[in-house]
Amino acid sequence: MSRALPLAAAVVIVSVLFLLPLGTVFAEALRHGLAFARDALAEPDALAAIRLTLLVASIAVPLNTAGGLAAAWCLTKFDFAGKRAVLVLIELPLTISPVISGLVWVLLFGANGWLGHALAAHDVQIIFAVPGIVLATVFVTFPFVARTVMPLMQAQGRAQEEAAAMLGAGFLATFWRVTLPDIAWALLAGVLLCTARAMGEFGAVSVVSGHIPGVTETMPLHIETLYNDYQSAAAFAMAACLGLFALVTLAVKAALEWRLGINLDGAR
Amino acid sequence: MTVTLTGLTQRYGGVASLRGIDLAVREGEFLALVGPSGAGKTTLLRVIAGLETRYSGLLQIGGRDMAGVPARRRNIGFMFQNYALFRHMTVAENVAFGLRVRRLMPDANIRARVNDLLELVQIPELGQRRPAQLSGGQQQRVALARALATSPQLLLLDEPFGALDPLVRKDIRTWLRALHTRLGLTSIFITHDQTEAVELADRVAVMREGRIVQLGTPENLENAPADPFVFAFLAPSIQLEGVVRAGVMHAENLPVEPFRVTVPDGPAMALLRLHQLALVPGAGEARVVSARPVGPTFHVTVDARGRLLDLVLLADVPAIGTQCKLVATAAKLF
Repeated sequence: MSRALPLAAAVVIVSVLFLLPLGTVFAEALRHGLAFARDALAEPDALAAIRLTLLVASIAVPLNTAGGLAAAWCLTKFDFAGKRAVLVLIELPLTISPVISGLVWVLLFGANGWLGHALAAHDVQIIFAVPGIVLATVFVTFPFVARTVMPLMQAQGRAQEEAAAMLGAGFLATFWRVTLPDIAWALLAGVLLCTARAMGEFGAVSVVSGHIPGVTETMPLHIETLYNDYQSAAAFAMAACLGLFALVTLAVKAALEWRLGINLDGAR
Repeated sequence: MTVTLTGLTQRYGGVASLRGIDLAVREGEFLALVGPSGAGKTTLLRVIAGLETRYSGLLQIGGRDMAGVPARRRNIGFMFQNYALFRHMTVAENVAFGLRVRRLMPDANIRARVNDLLELVQIPELGQRRPAQLSGGQQQRVALARALATSPQLLLLDEPFGALDPLVRKDIRTWLRALHTRLGLTSIFITHDQTEAVELADRVAVMREGRIVQLGTPENLENAPADPFVFAFLAPSIQLEGVVRAGVMHAENLPVEPFRVTVPDGPAMALLRLHQLALVPGAGEARVVSARPVGPTFHVTVDARGRLLDLVLLADVPAIGTQCKLVATAAKLF
């Protein structure tokens, strides 16, 4: 009895908040049939949006994987002045509004921004172009890898790295043979989270993109454009596609965690 | 491999954790570092290993100044307190690690060497296990095999027996001592267990607050302790405070019969081992509360003017309730 009530509440909340919207997206996408959805996704602008989203993710994710790992390594294996400040800074993209995350790049690289004239003089366009979208995405998704691997690296301490050093291993050997294998699963989970977010980011990208269909529209932006043009079926088809990416990512992550759990149990 | 420290000082955020350490470890020596926690034992070991690089003073290993030589180039065997085995590697991979990263020999030779090392530490059958599947004693042997793989001449051990249960402990330490001699190593080990230090080490360095209070053989330390701290730290003791008058010590904190001493008159402190206080039945202020045999000795508790005192007697234990005099048979005066 005492357990039934919270459980029922949880089921209702999960259904209303998560399953219902997700179901709606797929139902709307398929309302005019699978063929219509497929055709909607085959539109040149839609294909361009999908391609751009994948391109941005394929740049941002490796960058943030390397950067996040480096940050996590420095923050957990070394002591230095200002460490706390860096720890807070890493969380910044999670706490400030994505609009601001986009706006900072406009202020920096936009036509009237600090570096705008210098860039224009050299014919370099960052804002309203792909580089700006990549920058905004990298900024917003930076914390995911770092935050996922840091607790684990923290918990594991430095003893193994010190043991490796005593055995003659240099920095690279220690990293590849000792540190990385130890955090591999957590790292993969972080990379997947980062990927999901990189593909789905709307706010920051919206500010820097300029919404040029077929050129600077990522999938989330294209969904908005379609929706505002009353092409709701096409919008939902695209949304379902993006939602599917996210679901697949989540499923892989869940499978990994399940696998990780098994491993941990086996090790005990 | 000799290790020489001269005026070695290390500060940690303004606080000195090592204050001017002078220490010369001899070739082939088995040296114990003992002292209360916070004395700087682990820091000292880490400085020698090269894991702490911020220090002033001189550190020489084998006569060579180690300043600027990174840990990975020192070829020192180091056994960490919790062994720090590589979790995701098998036992064999753990042991092979040093040989692999140093590219000392081809793979086939590494395999043979790993087998030899596992034989040496008496766990040849465990090569394919993971550290998490081993007992504490087995993990310790793996850590030792790993530390010995690259044939270091200097072995540093941080609390090597700390995590073992007492029965295994005694076996392993005797065995380790024999291995040290057989391989011609120079070893420095940290221990919390003073008995262990005294039983095992050629010389014992007693540390306190970042200094070495005394360095000597176990006999040295017992017979000529530098100060009351060293004597009290190395084994259980009884402390008498009082006054020496006309060459006789009068204890004031305990009802011990006055005894002859060879120090000048004035306030004095005497320290005794638990077996150096005898019980003489008669009109005394001590009463026997309990007595139980422990191996060849008896642990006797007496009530001395309201204070409970533990003594060790070899024989002639008075019956419980007997009133006794406390007679000092020997003492160290400070």
